[in-house]
Amino acid sequence: MESLYSALLLGALLFYLLSMAAGFIYLFRSPGKALGFSTRTITIGALLHVVAFFLRCLETGTLAVTNLHESLSFFALLLALAFIVVNRRKPAALLGVFTAPLLILFTLAALLSSKTITPEPPILKSFWLPVHVLFSFAGNAFLALGCGAAVLYLIQEHLLKKKKLKGIFRKLPALEKIDELNYLCLRLGFPLLTLGIISGSVWASYAWGSNWNWDPKETWSLITWLLFAALLHGRMNSGWRGRRASLLTIIGFFAIMFTFLGVNLFLSGLHGYVH
Amino acid sequence: MHIVTLGLNHQTAPVDTREKLAFKSEEIPGALRRLLDTSRLNEALILSTCNRVELYGFTPELKNCRNELETFLADFHQLETADFSDNLYFHTGTEAIRHSFRVASSLDSMVIGEPQILGQLKDAFFIASEARSTGLILNRLMHRSFFIAKEVRTRTKIASAAVSVSFAAVELAKKIFGDLKGRKVMLIGAGEMCELAARHFVNQGVGQVLVTNRTFSRARELAAEFEGLAVSFDSFRQELDEADIILSSTGSPDYLIGPAELSAALKKRRNRPIFLIDIAVPRDIDPKVNELDNIYLFDVDDLKEVITENLDQRQQEALRAERLVDLEVEKFEQWLASLAVTPTIKALRRQVSEIARRELEKTLAGLPDLGEKERRKLEAMVNAITNKILHPPLNYLKAREQHEDRQPAATIRRIFNLPDSD
Repeated sequence: MESLYSALLLGALLFYLLSMAAGFIYLFRSPGKALGFSTRTITIGALLHVVAFFLRCLETGTLAVTNLHESLSFFALLLALAFIVVNRRKPAALLGVFTAPLLILFTLAALLSSKTITPEPPILKSFWLPVHVLFSFAGNAFLALGCGAAVLYLIQEHLLKKKKLKGIFRKLPALEKIDELNYLCLRLGFPLLTLGIISGSVWASYAWGSNWNWDPKETWSLITWLLFAALLHGRMNSGWRGRRASLLTIIGFFAIMFTFLGVNLFLSGLHGYVH
Repeated sequence: MHIVTLGLNHQTAPVDTREKLAFKSEEIPGALRRLLDTSRLNEALILSTCNRVELYGFTPELKNCRNELETFLADFHQLETADFSDNLYFHTGTEAIRHSFRVASSLDSMVIGEPQILGQLKDAFFIASEARSTGLILNRLMHRSFFIAKEVRTRTKIASAAVSVSFAAVELAKKIFGDLKGRKVMLIGAGEMCELAARHFVNQGVGQVLVTNRTFSRARELAAEFEGLAVSFDSFRQELDEADIILSSTGSPDYLIGPAELSAALKKRRNRPIFLIDIAVPRDIDPKVNELDNIYLFDVDDLKEVITENLDQRQQEALRAERLVDLEVEKFEQWLASLAVTPTIKALRRQVSEIARRELEKTLAGLPDLGEKERRKLEAMVNAITNKILHPPLNYLKAREQHEDRQPAATIRRIFNLPDSD
């Protein structure tokens, strides 16, 4: 079981690598088929990843998100799924070129971190654990994808302003399409993140007796939430879009990453993983 | 038996020479008849466009062919052959076939990949076939030319990138907005360039066209043409926010639009991007506006640069197209060779005796009791039948061989479904 699990994760990693390679070949070389290949390989990787995840859940008897290894792997899985969802709503195969490196990063980090199954601390045992983690991670995954769109936007905008209209300019989608993609990710990601925070707060009231403890992870997720709330508000009411929205999305992405990983590495609090 | 081409084009002749030799389309039928009468050509076609004048023909005799055709051109246009002889190219055989394919595929055009030439060649072929001046060979040459032109267009990117200012503007707009459906275009100035670009935008499905011009009546005229709206020149700055795409080409010596006007417009349209194309010289739009977020300004030089790059790309694609043409030339030559009488006779013999042999074997297999003598008799009968049936068509083919006529071979091949090449 253990070796099958690792093999599946490795397989997923391999397909993510293939996808990235195909994406870059498309960007810098040309063959049109490479782009479709890049999307398909992410899908295959995600399938292997799903199977690995279920194996792990069977083995641990709970949603496998209790330690660092599992969290990293689960986030990568959700990111891949978020890409597939967004790509169905608004074809954005090129977003895969940005997604694949993140998938590789997270899957690799998961593979390198300790895979020992940690006994679940009683405090985590709750119906709210899967709810909270699923919402938060899914929200973060969509927002991370939005960051990919933001990067594409800034590149394309720069090329257009500087009139560098060769090479990848031809490959990148139209500016407005990229901006719509960014907005779509925000509209999908923000409600999920909100639900994640609310469900977390409900869970906290059961587990720790109080809805909000100003634990660093909570503080940082509040900061992240405020950032994206401001962005959503600006988009809906003040005509924020394009470059400004992209820059904010990227800042938001760093806030997410810090909330997700930085807090555990640099600050201590109730949310620490069990080691 | 040779396919020949005599002509001149934008590379070999200056425009005044091309003008003198050009044919009006209504004079072509008469010209074709005269050409067939005064030369030894069996088939003929005349292609005359502003960039080229070409005669295509099929002749049994190459000797003197060039002279005959030159004389025809000179006589028809009342010129001396010496006036244009140096500007002419004369291709025969493989080179003439290749030339026809390259012309149709727009590989020989001034702007490589431009689509008009194919239509012009089709028109020329239509006129010639109406005038009954083409036959077996030129018909096939033209059909294969049209076919290879389509192949080149679909299998290479030779025509994919814009090479005119107005097309380049449309392409860029697509890179900003994605879809142009429902977008609004404002024309500032009602010059020819603006009009042309606006037409391209309308073809791409833009929603509305606003036109402003110093002379309001001209604005109204142009607006009517696109079922758009004329805007007074005094107030168009207040309506900039209406437009997604702004094309400017006035004769104004100063900037008409600066950062202040566009900032105001952006505010009103909640930062939805505006794409500005300044084709005026001197420019109408302050280049500083390009520094504003969500404003994209391109002037004539920017667009020309896009075009130069696209032309480079076409050149590279042209190399791939040449390879496709080579393959097609080879196929065409195989077909031509198969039209000779001897290979046709061979192919026909082979086909018929093959059928006879197979049927005979089938019959004999069903009659195991037959003796050797009976078998021989049957074989002899079958051979006699095939030979007697083949006798008249083969005689006919041989008789026509002296007349240098390829039609019988082609007909026989078609009737008996013989392959083009063996």
